[in-house]
Amino acid sequence: MTTAAEPSLEVGKGRLRKEDARLITGRTRWTDNISLPGMLHMAMLRSPMAHARITNIDTSEARQMPGVLAVVTGADLADSQGSLPCAWPITEDMKSPDAPSMAVNQVNFAGEVVAAVVARSAAEAHDALEGIDVDYDELPVVLDMAEAIADGADLVHPDLGTNKSATWVFDSAEAGTGGNVDEAIASAEVTVERTFRQQRLIPAFMEPRSVVVDPTGEQVTMWSATQVPHILRLMLAMTLGVPEHKVRVIAPDVGGGFGGKLQVTPEEVITFLLAQQLGRPVKYTESRSESLSSAHHGRDQLQKLTIAAQRDGTVTGLKVELLADMGAYLRLVTPGVPILGAFMYNAIYKIPAYHFSCTNVFTTKTPTDAYRGAGRPEATFAIERMMDELAAELGMEPLELREKNWIKHEEFPYTTVSTLTYDSGNYEAATAKAKELFDYDGLRREQAERRQRGDTVQLGIGISTFTEMCGLAPSRVLGSLSYGAGGWEHGAIRMLPTGKVEVITGSSAHGQGHETAWSQIVADRLGVPFEDIEVLHGDTQSSPRGLDTYGSRSLTVGAMAVLAAADKVIEKAKPIAAHMMECSPDDLEFSGGKFTVRGTDTSTGITDIALAVFAAHDLPDGVEPSLDADATFDPENFSFPHGTHLCAAEVDTETGQVRLRSYVCVDDVGKVVNPLIVEGQVHGGLVQGIAQALFEEAVYDESGTLMTGTLADYLVPSAADMPSFTTDRTETPSTTNALGVKGVGEAGTIASTPAVVNAIVDAIRHFGVNDVEMPCTPMRVWQAIQGGAQSAAGPGSESGGGVGSLDTQGGAR
Amino acid sequence: MIPAEFDYVAPTTVDDAVRALADAGEDAKVLAGGQSLIPVLRMRLAAPTKLIDLGKVAELRGVREEGNALVIGAMTSHYDVVRDPLIAEHAQLIAMATSTVADPQVRHRGTFGGSLAHADPAGDLLAPALALDAEMVVHGMDGRRVIPASEFFVDYFTTALRQGELLTDVRVPKYTGWHAHYEKFNRVAQAWSIVGVAAAVQVEGHTIQQARVGLTNMSSVPVRATGVERALIGQEATPEAIKAAAEHAVEGTMPVADGNADAAYREHLAKVLTSRAVTAACG
Ligand SMILES: Cc1cc2nc3c(=O)[nH]c(=O)nc-3n(C[C@H](O)[C@H](O)[C@H](O)COP(=O)(O)OP(=O)(O)OC[C@H]3O[C@@H](n4cnc5c(N)ncnc54)[C@H](O)[C@@H]3O)c2cc1C
Repeated sequence: MTTAAEPSLEVGKGRLRKEDARLITGRTRWTDNISLPGMLHMAMLRSPMAHARITNIDTSEARQMPGVLAVVTGADLADSQGSLPCAWPITEDMKSPDAPSMAVNQVNFAGEVVAAVVARSAAEAHDALEGIDVDYDELPVVLDMAEAIADGADLVHPDLGTNKSATWVFDSAEAGTGGNVDEAIASAEVTVERTFRQQRLIPAFMEPRSVVVDPTGEQVTMWSATQVPHILRLMLAMTLGVPEHKVRVIAPDVGGGFGGKLQVTPEEVITFLLAQQLGRPVKYTESRSESLSSAHHGRDQLQKLTIAAQRDGTVTGLKVELLADMGAYLRLVTPGVPILGAFMYNAIYKIPAYHFSCTNVFTTKTPTDAYRGAGRPEATFAIERMMDELAAELGMEPLELREKNWIKHEEFPYTTVSTLTYDSGNYEAATAKAKELFDYDGLRREQAERRQRGDTVQLGIGISTFTEMCGLAPSRVLGSLSYGAGGWEHGAIRMLPTGKVEVITGSSAHGQGHETAWSQIVADRLGVPFEDIEVLHGDTQSSPRGLDTYGSRSLTVGAMAVLAAADKVIEKAKPIAAHMMECSPDDLEFSGGKFTVRGTDTSTGITDIALAVFAAHDLPDGVEPSLDADATFDPENFSFPHGTHLCAAEVDTETGQVRLRSYVCVDDVGKVVNPLIVEGQVHGGLVQGIAQALFEEAVYDESGTLMTGTLADYLVPSAADMPSFTTDRTETPSTTNALGVKGVGEAGTIASTPAVVNAIVDAIRHFGVNDVEMPCTPMRVWQAIQGGAQSAAGPGSESGGGVGSLDTQGGAR
Repeated sequence: MIPAEFDYVAPTTVDDAVRALADAGEDAKVLAGGQSLIPVLRMRLAAPTKLIDLGKVAELRGVREEGNALVIGAMTSHYDVVRDPLIAEHAQLIAMATSTVADPQVRHRGTFGGSLAHADPAGDLLAPALALDAEMVVHGMDGRRVIPASEFFVDYFTTALRQGELLTDVRVPKYTGWHAHYEKFNRVAQAWSIVGVAAAVQVEGHTIQQARVGLTNMSSVPVRATGVERALIGQEATPEAIKAAAEHAVEGTMPVADGNADAAYREHLAKVLTSRAVTAACG
């Protein structure tokens, strides 16, 4: 239905978020706050070994301990637990090990569950863990990807015969989208080759994972701190064989996920099985250390890149060879994460020949999976670092090199060498604005001046002109990538008799502010007040269809379904309005919440129609007494936000300490529904990306134990560690959805990491430095300046500071 | 996680606390601000059977003057130390170092005595206590004894406190008119020191008359940089002189390697940070 052009009232307003009052005052219910009559508590015993055969488990003492109702081991669950799902078999011959929720014969990473206790109280459950005795036969650990795929390597899963899970290749010559990369490299005037390490990261969401399962007879309700209630319900049905229609999954308010809760977890399965077995509600909430060591990790790739170019800066080819660490098992989308990057290495550039190959490798570490950006931050980092390296090699200004190669704004829509069609973009506009806000030329002058003076504090300027693909995703594209589901989203509208509106969305917000943004969108479309709208989500009973929230898909896919449902409501109301006003539907126009008879001032509000429909006393013949509607939206294309990020970093050359002096980003996320929410997403995203550049890394020791198992050791930065961000936007509307919007959830994280590392390398390049491994710790930066080999600074056993290093006496003896 | 079960008492006087500690025997632990002990209990790295909470012992809180010394109660919180006017006047170094500890939440709960008794080599208050020749006043069933800081810190997380002894006060000689600086090097704002340098100087005209320098996290215990002190005394406070003196900073240290720094880097940092701390102190 076409509606008359109407000045947009709500969309574009920086509304405070509806959901914040209950979150900030603690009045909401997180999963761990849920307490049911007769509820029992579960605790998990986890393997301290990275790789071992379980030879015996003695639970007799634990069973005798106070309050204990059940103690189970993998042997007890072997027949019922099934194998945790992997929904993304990237190749036909992909090797995928059995993935038990509780280890049965063998543990393959430190932190894997080997036994569980259910007791009357959480304290009793934890106490009883100490009454379980597990005997292990140690197996050799597999920690290094390159060694893992060498001949004769120790195997994580001996039955698979290899540590290689799969190799996935894209080649532009074979695909017919471009030339042959090896020829491009052979005939290039200049080539640059680099290997980058994408360190392993931990999503580190604030709310630890928690699950409550309530078996009320045949029906089972699960509350879980998850991003994906709908996928979880389907996968429980498929993994455990429980009837889908008897399972209800609720994701109440969820305290962050960043991809870390895009998972079907062992803990959810085990809690489900135990609650069913005992016929009582059971709760499990992980500790912070359990979360850091056993919830899935992110990144962890070795990236070898070769870029070919002419002397004038024209890029002629790009070759990307990756090793990606799967960890010990393939979780929900583990193997597909690096593959998502395949489409993004060519980024905003016109690259005539492109080759990508990725080998997925098993190690005896925590499984990896989606983490904010999932595959795209890795790609963006590598290409943006390479552009700076190529510029240095050519002696070219790095922004000029980029401009020489990027897609000009008049060239959109543009089909890339990796087969995507970018619908819109304006890299020139974003870059011009960013340069001005940053005082690019002034900072370059200061940089030169400090360098000449030999200042102990050197200045570097880092650039990242990024784009990304998000809004996952067109179902047929996912199909072509062998993904196990579609990419549509569902929405519905319920018109209540009092004129209030319930909006139902299949997206599952866990901090994004959907309740506010969806209310703004529906308020404009239906012409009802923002306050009169309630958005329902995250419960498979009230929101029966959905594919949940990840990949910056909620607005570009989820909200479009809601919008389509709203249009259906208007369409359904129209004949009733005509009936009420005794005119022809063709004479009606809808705007500002009212149907008006064209050329008159006779009108009827849509909420009045809702009341009339509720009474149903006088409806036209053959019209159903309901305005409610639902819709499912499948996008035609991804969404391609882009932007220019500029970072000024000061490097203290005496200590290697990096201080970010200023950070400017101009993002183009298309039309903005709520600028405050966009700002929040950008700020949070920047911090997470900067954290990869400077602070965070999941470190394992040589026995495969996670050394960064507390937040005293895994350095999540705070506001005190960040500069003040200067954020701005250009607005190039997307042409592939009704609102012209693009995703914003991951953009900041994807863009910022290379901007920071480029700035650091730029500050110290004159010392002969052309890379610093992430995170760029003061020691690594200082060693790079010294020109020495970078020491990994093996984790010491007796250093101070941090809980991990405390002695067992707990201090003063 | 959830700590193992323990008994809990909260005495209100030092005498009662000492008796409670003696009665409880080997498996008792003193609870001060809990900022180090509670995480250890929660992770079940320790399972004491009884906690003696000092939180209600009013006489252990606060700062007073006693002749030429300040007496800082063991239970004085970091927050109170940072704002105390007597410490600001006579032992500025301690306030400066304390202001770098963790974040406001931890500083409201954590205590001066708890930090010293905990003896984490990365703790920021040990080096200032050592550099300023503080004395630890301890009470046990056998009465009171006084332990100089130079003998108090024995090893990683280990002090000269005997079983059944409480740290009650810390006596710090007055350094009225001295200038001080604590140079802390870490990776994120709320983290412990990778290396820290505590410096206090008395300067007349441009000449350094006296100097006290202590190092954080350069050994299993805090280290007094006596070589640096000797090299500074009597020198003009010039960049060259300070830099030359700072070269002595690694004498007597035994730095470890951990995820943030190897030994060589720590040694390098000790020199650079010593130079910066002394320069800042000299103003
Ligand atoms: C997130 C975080 C960051 C931190 N960062 C820093 C930092 O940057 N720098 C820093 O220096 N510290 C840091 N700390 C530690 C903090 O300063 C602690 O407060 C301090 O180490 C211990 O003091 P407390 O009062 O909390 O002692 P508690 O934790 O209660 O006790 C610590 C130990 O000392 C013993 N003890 C305590 N008081 C006495 C006493 N009077 N007599 C005998 N034994 C006693 C206890 O039995 C226990 O073994 C941090 C702590 C946290 C949680």
